[in-house]
Amino acid sequence: MNKMVTNAVTLSIVAVMIVAASGCGGKKDSNGNKNVITNCGSDTMVNLAQAWAEEYTKGKELKVQVLGGGSGVGIASLTDGTCDMANASRRMKKKESDRIETKRGKKPEEHIVGFDALAVYVHKDHPLDEISIDVLAEIYGDGGKIENWSEVSDKAASLGKIVRVSRQNNSGTYAYFREAVLGRKRDYKLGSIDQSGSKDVVALVGKTPGAIGYSGMGYATDEVKMLRISKAKGDPSVAPTVENAKNGSYPITRPLHIYTIGAPTGSIKDYIDWIMAPEGQKVVIDLGYVPCK
Amino acid sequence: MRRRTPRISAAWSEFIITWIIRLCGWSAIFFVLAIFFFIFREAAPAFFGGLDMTEFFTSPNWRPSSEVQPQFGIFALLMGSLLLTGIAMLVAMPLGLGAAVFISEFCGGKTKEVLKILVELLAAIPSVVWGFIGLMVLGPLIMTHTSAPVGVNLLNGGIIVALISLPLVVSIGEDALKAVPDSYREAAISLGASKWEVVYRVLFPAAKNGLLAALLLGVGRAIGETMAVLMCTGHAINIPKSLYDPMRTLTATIAAELGETVHGDLHYQALFAIGVVLFAITFVINLIADIIVKGIRSDPKG
Amino acid sequence: MADLSRPTGNVFASTALERRKMLWEKIVRIFFTLVVAAMIIPVLAIIGYLFYRAWPVLSLSFIFDNPADNMTAGGMWAPLVGTFYLAIISLLIDAPIGILAAIYLNEYAPDNWLTRAINLAVLNLAGVPSIVYGLFGVGAFVLFAGMGKSVIAASCTLAVMSLPVIITATREALASVPMSFREACWNMGATKWQTIRTIVLPNSLSGILTGVIFEICRTAGETAPILFTGVVFFTPVADSGLASVFPYGPSDACMALQYHLFLLATQVRGVSEAMQFGAAAVLISLTLFINSVSISMRMYLRSRKKW
Repeated sequence: MNKMVTNAVTLSIVAVMIVAASGCGGKKDSNGNKNVITNCGSDTMVNLAQAWAEEYTKGKELKVQVLGGGSGVGIASLTDGTCDMANASRRMKKKESDRIETKRGKKPEEHIVGFDALAVYVHKDHPLDEISIDVLAEIYGDGGKIENWSEVSDKAASLGKIVRVSRQNNSGTYAYFREAVLGRKRDYKLGSIDQSGSKDVVALVGKTPGAIGYSGMGYATDEVKMLRISKAKGDPSVAPTVENAKNGSYPITRPLHIYTIGAPTGSIKDYIDWIMAPEGQKVVIDLGYVPCK
Repeated sequence: MRRRTPRISAAWSEFIITWIIRLCGWSAIFFVLAIFFFIFREAAPAFFGGLDMTEFFTSPNWRPSSEVQPQFGIFALLMGSLLLTGIAMLVAMPLGLGAAVFISEFCGGKTKEVLKILVELLAAIPSVVWGFIGLMVLGPLIMTHTSAPVGVNLLNGGIIVALISLPLVVSIGEDALKAVPDSYREAAISLGASKWEVVYRVLFPAAKNGLLAALLLGVGRAIGETMAVLMCTGHAINIPKSLYDPMRTLTATIAAELGETVHGDLHYQALFAIGVVLFAITFVINLIADIIVKGIRSDPKG
Repeated sequence: MADLSRPTGNVFASTALERRKMLWEKIVRIFFTLVVAAMIIPVLAIIGYLFYRAWPVLSLSFIFDNPADNMTAGGMWAPLVGTFYLAIISLLIDAPIGILAAIYLNEYAPDNWLTRAINLAVLNLAGVPSIVYGLFGVGAFVLFAGMGKSVIAASCTLAVMSLPVIITATREALASVPMSFREACWNMGATKWQTIRTIVLPNSLSGILTGVIFEICRTAGETAPILFTGVVFFTPVADSGLASVFPYGPSDACMALQYHLFLLATQVRGVSEAMQFGAAAVLISLTLFINSVSISMRMYLRSRKKW
């Protein structure tokens, strides 16, 4: 009886392994083109990347794997060779492109695939409607003096302490906000709630009346409202909309990038061409971002 | 020519099998050493020159990707881990010990079985689910019932980690109480003690080593918790001054930031250095717990 | 004690001291019951609330459909399969090593410093934080062994993590086999391994299986070790046919339910809260189910033990 059980178990394990091994996706098809593309990086763009992947691979044998993690993760993976296309919601730093050149032998090539307006969110019942960039810098920046809502506006004084919601430092959104709002040479004030993704910044702000946070404008929900931004206190403020991002009047708009090692070839090139073409751009518009044309 | 007897070929295969078994037995030591080796290997450049060790351990400023001046101080993170563990243990110890005493001394067969099963099922809940519960259920609860400005904070994390460590404390505590010989209980009862007095005056002192071990292992579990704290503590770099402040732990920092680092750069090495610190902390805790438990075995009264 | 100087009166009536003690004991008993209730009831309430919020999306198609429409709709199939893959492959790796190691510790190991060291090592492995296992996985399997970010690297990492639990459970099962069984075998001239293979192992198989099943449940829930060693945000999985059941090869990266829940709660845009709760509900049901199987098996086999 025991022998039968042992034999049966061994046989089934072997059978499972054979069938599973046959599911092993080969990395190249008959043309020598890769048939698995790895696309990783920006959290801001991860939903976009996944929508592209879903749309593009319909009916094809090609597989596109999407990973998030942050723009920093994407660029790091590109450098290490663990991914083919890196999404970044910030421009690659010179240090990073030098590192790619040394490690991989070629310069990275930048493709701008869309634009995103970075919105500043507060709870939907918050009394404020607009805010200026220098006030934001005093709230978020290292050494900034503003800690309570009463210092920003009398209407908001009852909300008490400002709960700063930010992103973790692997995020391109984090880096872009630092550059555009705080100024290149200034760090963030420590002690902000550093969320993992674009979505949970908005989710937390929606649940917390005294919170302020920044995220891509495509992540808005009904629980929050986006503040109009002005460059300096007293200037006219601009709302984050697709038109304002397109015509440049919204001050914190950033390009969305895809980086590849050198010029893309084969299936990667086809994919990027498709992304920049009207079909790929339609996905960009559907998700609430600004197309690149 | 005499055919090779079954005994000789049996002896051969016995030899091989015994050696395979022996190697597997030694594998545990091999893996512990391997873990330390591989983590230390990646962290070594940071320890030997890359990072200023005083700044690493005493500075609360963790700014690894700063454009101005990268800073690698883990003090705030260390405080976060320790405070979170402290709060979690403050909640888990009384509840866990109470439950252990109840299961071991105060209830009979059927109830005992049911409760033990419930505790085991509690232990089976994955830590992501706990983190999710902290984020979506406990967070709003905290905001409505207290004056906390935000729902994800030290209190939230402390409660969730307490619930995660609870099954461990209960089961080890119960084992410790079970290990006390019945003769102790019988002697006390024959002297007229009530059940509670038996527990309080006889069992606690007799089982104190085992209960201490339960506490230590619960602490080890709490310090090592990653996903739950990542989701429900607010993940903010500061030294929490009140229960309602968001904070961050060592474990969550590694989980959140490892992906962004390029293999080999200073940030990457610093994160592995945090891993070494964590490994060292839990190693020491386990060592102490083991010594304490051994104390029971060599105790002549036990 | 009754007052013996008074020969009349009820000798068995309780004194004031005894009455006070009994009252105190009642209070203490109520207190402890409340403590246990305070522990169990909130947890049951939370889990109930989880299922209540998940109710709108729970259905058979939720389990068997792939995530669709930017992961805001559809089901959990691809992550579920990924979790199964990781759990089963890691089990195939660590069960043999763990069981043999436990056999060594229980049957072969002499009582010297090396055995003490091994026991200490097992205890330590059990206490290592899960993210440290993740770091180890990156350093040893992804980088050093060159597996890259893949199912096999993640499974190896999970296997090392599960080792101490398998060893401990197997040891207890082996130790519960009475010595007399082994002695009877040796008396008949069987070698150590023959004895183990024919008598000890079959009789402790129930305990071993229980431990193994419990470990599957833990592996299905752990996220930190697989974060950097094998999971991805999204990878397309066929909707039907053999490829939907076996979508991943050993060198592919996979989706996993525990990571998927984390993503739905923190990164995926536009996911309804019901769906997030749904993913949590599916994951909890999976682990609770596997654990219940293990528990009921243990109870059944314990009742059938012949000694």
